[in-house]
Amino acid sequence: MEALVLQLFQSFWNIFGLWDVLWGVIQPVWPLIWVVIKIVVLLIPLMLGVAYLTFWERKIIGWMQVRIGPNRVGPWGLLQPIADGMKLFFKEIVIPTKADGALFLLAPVLAIAPALAAWSVVPFFEGGALANLDAGVLYLLAITSVGVYGIIIAGWASNSKYPFLGAMRSAAQMVSYEVSMGMALIVVLMVSHSLNLSDIVRAQGHGRFAEMGLGVLSWNWIPLFPMFLVYLISGVAETNRAPFDVVEGESEIVAGHMVEYSGMAFAMFFLAEYANMILVSAMVAIFFLGGWLSPVGFLPDGIWWLLGKAALMLFLFLWLRATFPRYRYDQIMRLGWKVFVPLCLVWIPFIGVWMMSPFNIWK
Amino acid sequence: MAEIKNYSINFGPQHPAAHGVLRLVLELDGEVVVRADPHIGLLHRATEKLIETRTWLQSVPYMDRLDYVSMMCNEHAYCLAVERLIGVEVPLRAQYIRVFMDEVTRILNHLLNIGTHALDIGAMTMVLYTFREREDLLDVYEAVSGARLHAAYYRPGGVYRDLPESMPRYTENKFKDPATVKRLNAAREGSLLDFVEDFCNRFDGYLDEYHTLLTDNRIWKQRTVDVAVVSPERALQLGFTGPMLRGSGVEWDLRKKQPYEVYDRMQFDIPVGSNGDCYDRYLVRMEEMRQSNGIVRQCIDWLRKNPGPVITASHKVAPPAREAMKANMEELIHHFKLFSEGMHVPAGEVYAAIEHPKGEFGVWAVSDGANKPYRLKLRSPGFPHLAATHEMAKGHMLADVTAIIGTIDLVLGDTDR
Repeated sequence: MEALVLQLFQSFWNIFGLWDVLWGVIQPVWPLIWVVIKIVVLLIPLMLGVAYLTFWERKIIGWMQVRIGPNRVGPWGLLQPIADGMKLFFKEIVIPTKADGALFLLAPVLAIAPALAAWSVVPFFEGGALANLDAGVLYLLAITSVGVYGIIIAGWASNSKYPFLGAMRSAAQMVSYEVSMGMALIVVLMVSHSLNLSDIVRAQGHGRFAEMGLGVLSWNWIPLFPMFLVYLISGVAETNRAPFDVVEGESEIVAGHMVEYSGMAFAMFFLAEYANMILVSAMVAIFFLGGWLSPVGFLPDGIWWLLGKAALMLFLFLWLRATFPRYRYDQIMRLGWKVFVPLCLVWIPFIGVWMMSPFNIWK
Repeated sequence: MAEIKNYSINFGPQHPAAHGVLRLVLELDGEVVVRADPHIGLLHRATEKLIETRTWLQSVPYMDRLDYVSMMCNEHAYCLAVERLIGVEVPLRAQYIRVFMDEVTRILNHLLNIGTHALDIGAMTMVLYTFREREDLLDVYEAVSGARLHAAYYRPGGVYRDLPESMPRYTENKFKDPATVKRLNAAREGSLLDFVEDFCNRFDGYLDEYHTLLTDNRIWKQRTVDVAVVSPERALQLGFTGPMLRGSGVEWDLRKKQPYEVYDRMQFDIPVGSNGDCYDRYLVRMEEMRQSNGIVRQCIDWLRKNPGPVITASHKVAPPAREAMKANMEELIHHFKLFSEGMHVPAGEVYAAIEHPKGEFGVWAVSDGANKPYRLKLRSPGFPHLAATHEMAKGHMLADVTAIIGTIDLVLGDTDR
């Protein structure tokens, strides 16, 4: 791939006869440039995905609520996210007088950066990860937990009452759901014998059903079904989506940490939320639904399976939002600590015993 | 050691969950409400004082603007008060029309309440479903009175005119193709009564849909059960009426206990709760809609079979027919006197109350025999309910405050007057 791109560059610049001069300059930094190119190639579709996820959300929820949804800008309203983006881009970023300016502007960056950085370890297809880390799961857990600082700092730096309440809520909520998320992943690690995301996907391709051509039944979601649910629900809570959206809790604390933000600063939080949604969906697909693997033997594996599974999970996110009332803050805590954590604590030794027994299916 | 102070926040008047312009000053200990202090008056329009300067007839439209989600019920109490002072007889058909429209209004009000209550608790889809049904009922309002909200349809002595024989229909245009128009007009081919009957037939199904969405939903129950419990004794002491009182288990409904108009001829039940929490009040409202639907059906049956006058023949109270007014001197004089000077109401005082969707809505009118009221006091159901906010919210969390505001079924136009 790298060679191909280099060759393309070479033939382009050779038209002007400048290639040799240029290569002399960029050769020392070429590895860096190559990484930047890869990041851009990853981020552009991601940002487009985020933009159209917002559009798709409005459409889906609109249909569920006997409405039409956006249909004015462009054909079938398809340019709506672009228009929204332009609007936010040109709006003034108001910094409240009593806010801490530096922290106030740092917060949205802290929110969006981890949401994007986490994508570097996601394997899209066989060998298709930006960084094929052996400790990918750890990296992922570490990076995504930084995201909460964005929200806490936003709430604190705004120096305003509703954002402060939102920050307190997010600090408690996101921390406790990370615990159950991490514990659900321990079980996945146990059965996959690896922290590498690509290996976790590959491990799901083995098994009795996979050899019969029914890979869908060999994926982790069946033997680890309770963990699948715990991870999925914790993922919804972790991204602050309905019914766990108490951090924004529109009817309670208006918009939580985002109350004082406007323009692009607000858009950063918004984009981070949707990027996180896509990330969690992709993670569910990778950990439990076999990533890029095809559900049946006669169809080829490939990136489209991962995208399809993630899209299914995203639809679930939107469906939940249209259906459920919002949990109260203490009820969320109760669900996390009194239901999910004990469930994980029971399931980890259970799987351990299962793996040591003669009925082990993960050999 | 640092001094630890409670956190006080302004919940409203600019807040997504502060219905209208309610301003609640909340004192919080963490997320727990220590004190909830409702501040009212942001929508105060001095209705009671304005009414003192208008003739009796001119004040009817003010009533619409009190509780602007159950307009005709407000008019009803006012008209009853005036009629009782004058002692005028209301034709039976007008009484049925009033009961019919009152129950349509009750459904309208409860639909809005349940929709917004669910929206406050985060179930945003409910509000769009209930507004779909409200749309049909607001079309009924428009068909009878010409206005979707501020109807001014009831008059002292009856109602302004008989129910229309046809419903307005949709027409084809750039955005509505013939098939859509045909579907939209399917129920509108007959009279208003046919249209409402069609709605009644569909409405029970809609109510079942709402029950599936909310009633057994675990989150909905967690958010409403045991929130803002009011004991029956306390509810009576606080002056609760309507679903707030019935939710606490007190079987009190003016339609049964002090029947007005033709409610004594109607078959319906009074639903009561058992715990007095938000969930019970929600269930009471849901069941009341089903009962109202039954009452509307009974009215439709009677109204179909019994044509007749819909406003009193006394020209001291109601205007004469337009044709007669153009032809006869006598009627012309009546018309002129009624619309310039207004009716003279005998001296005295009266209190007329009806079972408004939110509780007991009462009008206390004092007349000194002139063409204007000497004093008119409105008893709005929302006021005592709002006054109990602190008692209901104390010790609950911030998120429960929205549930409580929702369950109060607050409309500030009515509370502030």
